[in-house]
Amino acid sequence: MIETRALSVHLTGKPVLHDVSLSLPRGKLTALVGPNGAGKSTLLTALGRLIAPASGEILLDCVPLNTIPAPELALRLSILRQEGAVGPRLTVRDLVSFGRYPHSHGRLGVTDRAEVERAIDRLDLAAFSDRYLDTLSGGQKQRAQIAMVLAQQTDVILLDEPLNNLDLAHARRVMRIARQEAEAGRTVVVVLHDLTVAAAYADHLVALKAGRVAASGRPDQVVTEPVLSDLFDTEVTVAEVGGRRVVLTL
Amino acid sequence: MSPSRLAAPAALVLLVGISAVTGVASLSGGEWWILGVSRLPRTAAALLAGAGLAVAGVIMQMLARNRFVEPSTTGTAQAAGLGLVAVTLVAPGAALWLKMAVATAAALIGTAGFLALVRRLPSRDPLLVPLTGLVYGGILGAAATFLAYERDLIQYVDVWMNGELSGVMLGRYEFLWAAGALAIAAYVFADRFTIAGMGEDTSRSLGLDYPRVVALGLVIVAGIAAVTVVTVGMIPFVGLVVPNMVARFAGENLRRTLPLVAMSGAGLVLACDILGRLIRFPYEIPVGTILGVLGALVFLWMLNARR
Ligand SMILES: Nc1ncnc2c1ncn2[C@@H]1O[C@H](COP(=O)(O)OP(=O)(O)OP(=O)(O)O)[C@@H](O)[C@H]1O
Ligand SMILES: [Mg+2]
Repeated sequence: MIETRALSVHLTGKPVLHDVSLSLPRGKLTALVGPNGAGKSTLLTALGRLIAPASGEILLDCVPLNTIPAPELALRLSILRQEGAVGPRLTVRDLVSFGRYPHSHGRLGVTDRAEVERAIDRLDLAAFSDRYLDTLSGGQKQRAQIAMVLAQQTDVILLDEPLNNLDLAHARRVMRIARQEAEAGRTVVVVLHDLTVAAAYADHLVALKAGRVAASGRPDQVVTEPVLSDLFDTEVTVAEVGGRRVVLTL
Repeated sequence: MSPSRLAAPAALVLLVGISAVTGVASLSGGEWWILGVSRLPRTAAALLAGAGLAVAGVIMQMLARNRFVEPSTTGTAQAAGLGLVAVTLVAPGAALWLKMAVATAAALIGTAGFLALVRRLPSRDPLLVPLTGLVYGGILGAAATFLAYERDLIQYVDVWMNGELSGVMLGRYEFLWAAGALAIAAYVFADRFTIAGMGEDTSRSLGLDYPRVVALGLVIVAGIAAVTVVTVGMIPFVGLVVPNMVARFAGENLRRTLPLVAMSGAGLVLACDILGRLIRFPYEIPVGTILGVLGALVFLWMLNARR
């Protein structure tokens, strides 16, 4: 479980998150939604301890995040960044194997190898596992990055827009994986732009707007016409199709 | 082992054999002492410098997260030269190991300065990084030349900046074994350098102490460059051409590719040195000059192939 208390984050001196207090429960899938520039990625990077808060606190299982040693944190928390960075020329399997680094420190054991293969299979990458990343399509690369995070097998999984570049079948696959991970007792936080997907898969939604929490609650509380219209400053229709909430914007 | 895995070691053995019998003095005349005093040390020097510089290049590329850098285009070699000029001015009679230490420290500071500089650059254009490095190295090199010129040390600067192996003899190259040792140290930390190549955030997500990995890499790169500059002079482009070639065929998972990088670097420098002994026989062309020309051509081709 992650909690934030009166969290404020500045980027290059500019305040980006203001007074964010949240509880992200274990065993649940939380969707982080909101307009571009709302601060979703900033919140996620702060939760992953990649940027230090200007004020306030982040607690991981009731322990202040900044007191946890780096090697231990890497065993407990993993993060998928929004911008897929260009890195060394690696094969998919090599990349995913580096997700095991916190466990293996470079010496892959039997469990490590099994986890790597499982992550590759779960993201439907078996056919590409020996290909170099720079020879893959955008969606295939994104899946490889997700597989790397998954191979890390941490209690907390933070995914920033994991559905970027994915076709609908693979988007569904990734959301199902996120749900399975939550149901296995992990704390899963996913930044999503597709509110229909968020409503269908998340247990819990947090809506950010201009660096503040604008709404939070169950899908039926947040995925509603008034809340969403207000959140995005545009008219939004929420329809019910086959027992599911579908968000229409056009 | 597959035949392709044996190709690189086999080629190296062949080159060593050619190197042993190539030169003005003929071994058949019974001058076997040449082999132990000159040919083999020269061969070892070529192998060590080549392996070291290629490994230094690939580490530099991971730290700068840029394909187009190597010790001679990041101010590393020039800073080592500047340190050498400075220590020669202050303490002309200093022991070689002390000069080496000063050169390494200068190379370390110079390379750290380069990394700090390029970290501020917008990462959009990858060519901005080597260009900055060339200008930065140019300034450091000019400072060394100026200092040396003032005090009549200019011929030393020429020797340090232009790699040449004809002067290598038993007892005058052994510091280069330190470059070999540093290359082996790099292999021990190979995974960390590969991860560093994925960037600071990924490194930290995987639990690495990123500043420490960078510091470690800098020590290895600066040490290899300084040792090379002091013993045989800077040999350009090895650290650029070899890692890029290897990346093309074998990727950049350093745990797997570093041995190939080291062997290819060793082979390339030795091959160029043999070429330098043969082109204008019985005269010699310095290995640094040959690699300067060859490396520049390959570099241009690489830039074109990028598109
Ligand atoms: N390095 C930076 N310096 C200053 N401001 C920044 C910096 N990076 C981002 N910002 C600003 O911080 C705010 C939050 O950015 P963030 O990336 O967290 O938004 P987001 O909610 O993830 O948006 P998106 O949906 O577009 O990914 C934006 O207004 C952005 O302009
Ligand atoms: Mg974002």
